Amino acid sequence: MAASEPSHVAAIEDAPPRREVIYRHALLVRLTHWINVLCLALLLMSGLQLFNYHPALYWGNYGYRGVPSVVSIGSEIDPASGAPVGVTRIAGARLVTTGVLGVSYDPERGMVRRAFPAWLTLPAEPSLALARDWHFLMAWLFVFNGAAYLLFGLASGHFRRDLAPAADQLRPRHVLADIWDHVRLRVPRGEAARRYNVLQKLAYLAVVFLLLPTMVLSGLTMSPAVTAALPGLLDLFGGRQSARTIHFLVANLLVLFVLVHVFEVFLAGAVNGMRSMITGRYAIKPEDGP
Amino acid sequence: MSRRISRRGFIGAGSAAAAGLLVSGCDGVLEPPSIRGLLDFGQLLSLHAQRLLLSAQPLAREFSAADISPDFPLNGTSMPNSFAYFQMMASQFASFRLTVDGLVRQPLSLSLEEIKALPARTQITLHSCDEGWSAIGQWTGVALSHLLQTAELMPNARYIVFHCLDQLERLPGRLGFYYESLDLFDALHPQTILAYGMNGAPLPVGHGAPLRLRVERQIGYKNAKYVTRIEAVDRLDHLGRGLGGFWEDRGYQWYAGL
Repeated sequence: MAASEPSHVAAIEDAPPRREVIYRHALLVRLTHWINVLCLALLLMSGLQLFNYHPALYWGNYGYRGVPSVVSIGSEIDPASGAPVGVTRIAGARLVTTGVLGVSYDPERGMVRRAFPAWLTLPAEPSLALARDWHFLMAWLFVFNGAAYLLFGLASGHFRRDLAPAADQLRPRHVLADIWDHVRLRVPRGEAARRYNVLQKLAYLAVVFLLLPTMVLSGLTMSPAVTAALPGLLDLFGGRQSARTIHFLVANLLVLFVLVHVFEVFLAGAVNGMRSMITGRYAIKPEDGP
Repeated sequence: MSRRISRRGFIGAGSAAAAGLLVSGCDGVLEPPSIRGLLDFGQLLSLHAQRLLLSAQPLAREFSAADISPDFPLNGTSMPNSFAYFQMMASQFASFRLTVDGLVRQPLSLSLEEIKALPARTQITLHSCDEGWSAIGQWTGVALSHLLQTAELMPNARYIVFHCLDQLERLPGRLGFYYESLDLFDALHPQTILAYGMNGAPLPVGHGAPLRLRVERQIGYKNAKYVTRIEAVDRLDHLGRGLGGFWEDRGYQWYAGL
């Protein structure tokens, strides 16, 4: 399925000076990528609905109303106007977040008190039972999809060939130059566009081998049945509430990754990038072209 | 002490639960039936995966006295709102009786004193609510498996139902009363106890006095409070709205190991 080298599919002759199309993404990578998009979107939205039922995060094994929290989203009544005010607390800092967090607009009921707004949650209306159903169903799909991707990545050489930084990419000067290119929003062209740049590779490796496995393990640590069989998970994360906190923080990191990822796709050419993730074909822009 | 459960037995029980869940889902209010079927499939996958993971019947982690949380939130009923319960409370639950009946050869009716005279188990465990909070408490009680052995469970008994004294919703008959159910896989587990003591003191009213269920490998709402009757049954569809528990009848998962 996957060529061991990015294969030369077609060269468009009349495109000045020379626009080359390579086969960048194997079918399985494309397929698992889009299934993953669906899973992560629904996991995030149902996860935010779950969070709404106890919008506070703690450290250790226990945590409940009254125990000092690391992060909390709530609401207060403004004494002057009598209107509800959304309040988010992060490590002692108090932020007024009315409109988005704590208090937000609901098309049917007007301004309502809820941690995350209706437009961000699955289902939109409060339902803990349905949110649990969605979250766990999508978690299963995510795990099967991820397993298929990992097996393929190992067997096909995708990780070694496409994601592992090459020796020359790891030289400090190269890394610094790549950082500088990112700062200036310069995208690679020509030969350099044939492979992922080093920051891109490190970001993908971190997501695939660190952030996503952390999500799975910290999620499992919240299950009393799983921790009965694998009590070491409680020690790994420092307790059930710590696992819940880490689950939430890493979800935030994943959202950050997706925002940067989509931004970079637009920067490098949204049509080309989107086509490559659908058909596999990616056009290399010439070094000195338009 | 706990009877070993055959693999076939729990798969059978699991499949029965699964069939129940599949029949259950078609509320159609919030989700079209096709989506509901998918969500039910997810529940089945979780049930079977966790049963496989727990096939050696490990114990949930037990903590030390120093780990007990300073407080333990109340959820659901904090005081059953009935004259009969007030009377019982006034008598320090001297008039309380626990019934064990249904598919048993020797139905039991036990006073609280008689229950306290049975072999006791004390465990300090983590209680996890589906809302997201958790607390650590110490529970003292009698193993459910001991009661079921004494009552001589019949071979066709598949589920153990816990009928409670508290009415969570005002509805005719027993429809608004709390109830819960377990299959034998969890019912016969050594940490599944009927607790009358909490943190070294008699079980407080808010936590289900005089007797509550502790099922340590499942989420909070399975841990029924104010248990007054334990009934062994072969199916769940004739109780409540047929889904095996107060919250299950209102859309929640019957299996709550996650």
